[in-house]
Amino acid sequence: MEAIKNILTVMQDVVSHPGQAVKDYKKKTGKAVIGCFPVYCPEEIVHAAGMLPVGMWGGHTQISQALTIVPSFCCSIMQSNIELALKGVYNDLDAVIISSPCDTLKSIPQDWGYAIPHIKVIQIVYPQMRKITAGIEYLKSEFKRVKKEMEAISGEPISDAALQKSIAVYNEHRSVLRDFCVEARNYPITITPAVRHLVIKSGYFMEKSRHTQLIKSLINELKSLAPENWTGKKLILTGYTAEPDALLDLFTENALTVVGDDLAHESRQFRTDVPAGDDPLYALAQQWSLVEGCSLAYDQQKKRGQMIIDMARETGADGIVMCMMKFCDPEEFDYPIFVKEFDAADFPLLFLEVDQQRQSLEQERTRIQGFAEMLRMKG
Amino acid sequence: MSEDKMTSKELLAELTAKHYHDAIEGKKRGELVAWSSSIAPQELCETMGIHVLYPENHAAAIGAKGGALPLIDHAEAQGYSLDLCSYARINLAYKDLQNCCFENVPLPDLLIICNNICNTLVKWYENLAKELNIPLICIDVPYNVDYEVTQERIDYIKAQFLVAIQQLEEICGKPFDYVRFQSVMETSIRAAKAWNRATAYANYKPSPLNGFNLYNYMSLMVCMRGREESVKFFNILADELEEMVQTGKTQLPFEEKHRIMWDGIACWPYLGHNFKTFKNHGINMVGSTYPSAWTLLYEAGDLDSMARCYSAIVLNLNLQRNIDLRVKIIEESKCDGAVYHLNRSCKLCDFMHYKISEEVYKRTGVPYVFFDGDQTDPRSFAKAQFETRIQALTETMENNKAQQNIK
Repeated sequence: MEAIKNILTVMQDVVSHPGQAVKDYKKKTGKAVIGCFPVYCPEEIVHAAGMLPVGMWGGHTQISQALTIVPSFCCSIMQSNIELALKGVYNDLDAVIISSPCDTLKSIPQDWGYAIPHIKVIQIVYPQMRKITAGIEYLKSEFKRVKKEMEAISGEPISDAALQKSIAVYNEHRSVLRDFCVEARNYPITITPAVRHLVIKSGYFMEKSRHTQLIKSLINELKSLAPENWTGKKLILTGYTAEPDALLDLFTENALTVVGDDLAHESRQFRTDVPAGDDPLYALAQQWSLVEGCSLAYDQQKKRGQMIIDMARETGADGIVMCMMKFCDPEEFDYPIFVKEFDAADFPLLFLEVDQQRQSLEQERTRIQGFAEMLRMKG
Repeated sequence: MSEDKMTSKELLAELTAKHYHDAIEGKKRGELVAWSSSIAPQELCETMGIHVLYPENHAAAIGAKGGALPLIDHAEAQGYSLDLCSYARINLAYKDLQNCCFENVPLPDLLIICNNICNTLVKWYENLAKELNIPLICIDVPYNVDYEVTQERIDYIKAQFLVAIQQLEEICGKPFDYVRFQSVMETSIRAAKAWNRATAYANYKPSPLNGFNLYNYMSLMVCMRGREESVKFFNILADELEEMVQTGKTQLPFEEKHRIMWDGIACWPYLGHNFKTFKNHGINMVGSTYPSAWTLLYEAGDLDSMARCYSAIVLNLNLQRNIDLRVKIIEESKCDGAVYHLNRSCKLCDFMHYKISEEVYKRTGVPYVFFDGDQTDPRSFAKAQFETRIQALTETMENNKAQQNIK
């Protein structure tokens, strides 16, 4: 248990102090650090340049200056990122990469260029017709642009071999995270919803092979323990993010564990590997064509709901929680379809609105208590 | 009455009625009906002889006729957030109810979108396709990060035209007629030129054009811009406006004291109120982004040029080009002020606009105001706020003019 505690302490340290993690990396390596906005970012290119890509998924902060850039009905992650940038929190970043899969994320990078000119913004647009060859070729051209920008920052070319190596590092990281999510189900007392989230989230602020090693160690330590008996109910989380920790602790308080997720912040990041291929940028672009069940990836069959139902059945989940990021159009459009599909599949669904700036979680406490009671009554 | 002797107003009413009537009757005969986004390449469906209806136009008409709320209530009861586009909410509810205060249009057999105006369309139409179990043709037009449309984007869009043609051939069970395609493109370009010619009359000072009439005219550009009738209509309109200029007349039922640019989509449920407020202050809306939105000019037969054209739509431009476009509108139409509609439905109409308005002001010195509203959800607009903002703008415009006279 001590070893597990030590691993989690290392993870908690970077999650609590990402700014320090950035400073430490720059001091140690002399290399640049690149901020990666949600949801998708070709981090492998940054990694291949020897730089540290760090996730920028907002955080709780008092919003004041951001509202001079965007109206109040902009999603709270973007409000936080702009606010923190205007306050100078991101001044150690050498650039930010922002992809534009929704209308909000088309606008934010453009605003950034004017409002935060001292941190270079690299805006890319993933295609929606992502399964046709022309879509993959187009995305490759966007990634080429990112590569060129990274080379300009580092002053050195990025070789294909370096890209292939980084792709391998990232694929291994994805694979290990998937293993962790499976293993975590056997240890619902040790790996609480908040701990599960911490393990995944800490990867946003660490060089990936280092994070992979930590998770491998964690899995080994867990396997040395006897599986834990769980008498509470099991949940699948879907949505954009499930934060803050206090929200996840409400699940624990109500004897609810997380057995799987479809969160953009979590599993959607690591459930699709980059396929093998001689041309690394093409392979990276091909990965996007393989993504399924994401609100940001065009799918006229809308397979996402069925994928969540399948996950719930495979994991023995009792209910599904929609963590709805306020003002997130893509997620809000998927929800009414879920309501019908989950109802038909007899999976209870809890709707929680996620807003990073929320001061109190009392409303969520009541809703989660009610949901837990309902699941217990259902048997 | 023969079309030759009709005024633009009479012809518009007849063509609009015909547009809906043809689709309704065609559906009864078993002909294909498509629902399409407003600036999709209609040339493809027009070539195939498919009846095309435009949910955005339909929703706007429902909103203008005061019938939005029952549909919005239904959509929200289905789980659609009130923060989503109200056109989408109205249309997704209409899909269930098929009953509204405007034309009860038939459900579609296929869907076609082009996300050059927003990505909301992708999600909205995904849901339609899923629930109606019909094919969806998507022309994905990536947002223009750079000032110009890059060749990589053009190549990708052009390839999708060919995919869309293949899909249409399968759906229609007949080959695509490239000869007719050429002719439809030529007609569409002539319609765009005629539209541009007519709307440019707003630049005259005083203007013979009542800016609010654009809201009526544009429905034709949305619904029928591949048809000869549109070319004819906009040429008749332009001729009427030319005659007005020659005779010193105007469509405007009051004296034009101030000229403004309206930024964003109309506030359809409050069109009458907005117009009266402007009228009280002698304001004519002579500038807007609408004219350029449907001035779709490209080389007929050149798919590169067509791809570039469909990509360089106002809502798909980068911030710098958005600023330049508005400066041009303000200068060409000689605006004294600008009104920015902070539209709860449309994040692309809002999220760059604080910066756009600041920069446009720096370059033009033309005062501006924002107001909170929504294109069709009547709950997101307050008459008092709008009136106060317009009054404030009027005072500033009057002060500016007084100071210019002193100098």
